[in-house]
Amino acid sequence: MFAYIVKRLISGVVVLFLVSMAIFVLFWYGPSEPARVVCDSQTSNRCTPERFEVYKENLGYNNPVYEEYGKFLDGLFTGREVQFGNQQLECNAPCLGYSYFTVRPVFEEMKERMPATISVAVGGAALYLLLGIPIGIAAARRRGTLGDKALVSGFLVVSSIPYYLFALLVWLFLTITWEIPLFAETGYFPITDNPAKWFSGLLLAWIALGIFGCTSYTRYTRGSMVEVLGEDYIRTAKAKGLTANRVVYKHGLRSALVPVITIFGIDFGTLLAGTIFTERIFDIEGIGLWALQAVNQKDLPIVSATALFGAAVLIISNLVVDVVYSVLDPRVRLS
Amino acid sequence: MTSLDKRPSPTKPEGGSVDGPLLVVEDLTVRFPTEDGEVTAVRELSYQLEVGKTLGIVGESGSGKSVSSMAVLGLHDPRSTRISGSIRLRGEEIVGMQEAQMRKLRGNDVAMIFQDALAALHPFYRVGQQLEEAYLVHHPKATKRDARRKAVEMLDRVGIPRPDRRVDDYPHQFSGGMRQRAMIAMGLINDPSLLIADEPTTALDVTVQAQILDLLQDLQREFNSAVIIITHDLGVIAEMADDVLVMYAGRAVEYGPGKEVLVHPEMPYTWGLLSSVPRRHLGHERADDPDPRQPAEPAGAAERVPVPPAVHAPVEGAGRSVHDRAARAHSPVSAGRPPEALPHREPRRDLRGRGAPRDRPRAC
Repeated sequence: MFAYIVKRLISGVVVLFLVSMAIFVLFWYGPSEPARVVCDSQTSNRCTPERFEVYKENLGYNNPVYEEYGKFLDGLFTGREVQFGNQQLECNAPCLGYSYFTVRPVFEEMKERMPATISVAVGGAALYLLLGIPIGIAAARRRGTLGDKALVSGFLVVSSIPYYLFALLVWLFLTITWEIPLFAETGYFPITDNPAKWFSGLLLAWIALGIFGCTSYTRYTRGSMVEVLGEDYIRTAKAKGLTANRVVYKHGLRSALVPVITIFGIDFGTLLAGTIFTERIFDIEGIGLWALQAVNQKDLPIVSATALFGAAVLIISNLVVDVVYSVLDPRVRLS
Repeated sequence: MTSLDKRPSPTKPEGGSVDGPLLVVEDLTVRFPTEDGEVTAVRELSYQLEVGKTLGIVGESGSGKSVSSMAVLGLHDPRSTRISGSIRLRGEEIVGMQEAQMRKLRGNDVAMIFQDALAALHPFYRVGQQLEEAYLVHHPKATKRDARRKAVEMLDRVGIPRPDRRVDDYPHQFSGGMRQRAMIAMGLINDPSLLIADEPTTALDVTVQAQILDLLQDLQREFNSAVIIITHDLGVIAEMADDVLVMYAGRAVEYGPGKEVLVHPEMPYTWGLLSSVPRRHLGHERADDPDPRQPAEPAGAAERVPVPPAVHAPVEGAGRSVHDRAARAHSPVSAGRPPEALPHREPRRDLRGRGAPRDRPRAC
């Protein structure tokens, strides 16, 4: 198991390396001219060709791509000096560069935004499971009844709405139309400052994410559970004289969860990598919005940092899923 | 009263049992309503079973063998099943029994062993855990340690080597025969008075089959349980069963003491079934009892009575299937067999009367 995890982590690092290289090269040869954008913003749109040349030189765009990529990697592990305009900036060990616009270390900004994104992701993902799995089980146990059919079709309708529209409607109705005081002030407030405010600020985002996401989890759980309840070992469990609840929760659920967990690993990773719509609609300064802004502004250091972060999160969550798999199912051997 | 009762009573209490039969099934009918109409899986089935005796139920796939036995454990989903008739275990009615009461019977008074032990054991739990659970559910006061001791003891009893170690294995670490032994251990852990074995040897290779059957017989003697063994292997029936019930399209087409049914089958389906057994084996089994319908032939030159094709549509309204098949089954028989081969006892009404296909004369 330990050897397996190490092996997976090593291959994960290789993937990250390739991802960072791809991002770097894409931006380098792409049609965008980061130096032009930086020059415009730094000189209040009075970017003369001479000034442009200076920025281009300082940002390293006159050097060959492999040299700059080498510097980037070097900075990631040992830190480096970053030349910005006429300033010489110190960038410490996990150096992801300086933002072209705020002129602050990318890693620092990322650390500031991380808690908001993690809060949103953990709360939303918890609701996926806390709502989706019990409702899915209940539907599976009553499959074919009117209640089951109503629930399945109702949830299908909800999950057919585009998420941005759904989240917007949630916000419009709960905050604007009905003016529910609990949802009056959305946004991220550090939990260490004021837990109550942290909670009420994020609650609406969790509800939007959770209700929308749980519709899929209800479907996955229901489908998986219906299949498992038809298995021979479920009949055996009933034939032993176990109660219906014990049959469903002890013998059925453990098997039914296996496919659900695979999807959850991917979904949770995606949430951690940033939720653009949720952050935008509920005023949360997280990784998703940050990445979006950076792409718009051609802020290469931030874009590569968020892409790397997203890839790392997905690699780790997939690894966790595989380990959980092997814990649930003794037939799975990690190797 | 069913038409079966008009026949010579097949199982007479042969002394021993004071309280009458352990299990009495009367007019059991199991229906599954579907969107295409109601499927009748079992029709008016009646049989009884004495303490310590073995009933063999034979029949092709879909003939209602398993469905009728699962009804004895009340394993059908009440929402999608209509059960009528009567199933009495020691006089206690099981049809319509409260679920909570039914649960006390399952695994305790009546246990079941399934065909494919790999599928029937939970792949995620250790064999020991599954045995312990079966014990604990009916012994709420027992400790975990008692349950484990019992599980090891049962595994030992069914012949699993080093049971104290193998108890912690998962089912997939057991061989096919060992898994079936573990299933049997689980079935017998609460010393049930009735054990239903649903094709316990079908998934096993022949040598292991024999071991498992021997084991079942030994344990039956030891625990003095009644056994219902469901199979389509007549060899199993010949070896194990005191009484035989032949099912065909949801009905009992033949029911009687094992020897009588095997030696003097009266239904065309049973002939078909019997003639599908390789001749050499059959001839050997019956060496002392030559069958008038099986004239001397070189061994191996098996002439077979065709078993009617297995397709049948039990949906109400969809079919004259049963009569149709019965009629077709009769024709080669009436054409190619001497007249005395026709049923010497009164055949079941539903197989005559209501009509063979129009294009051919009625078979009987």
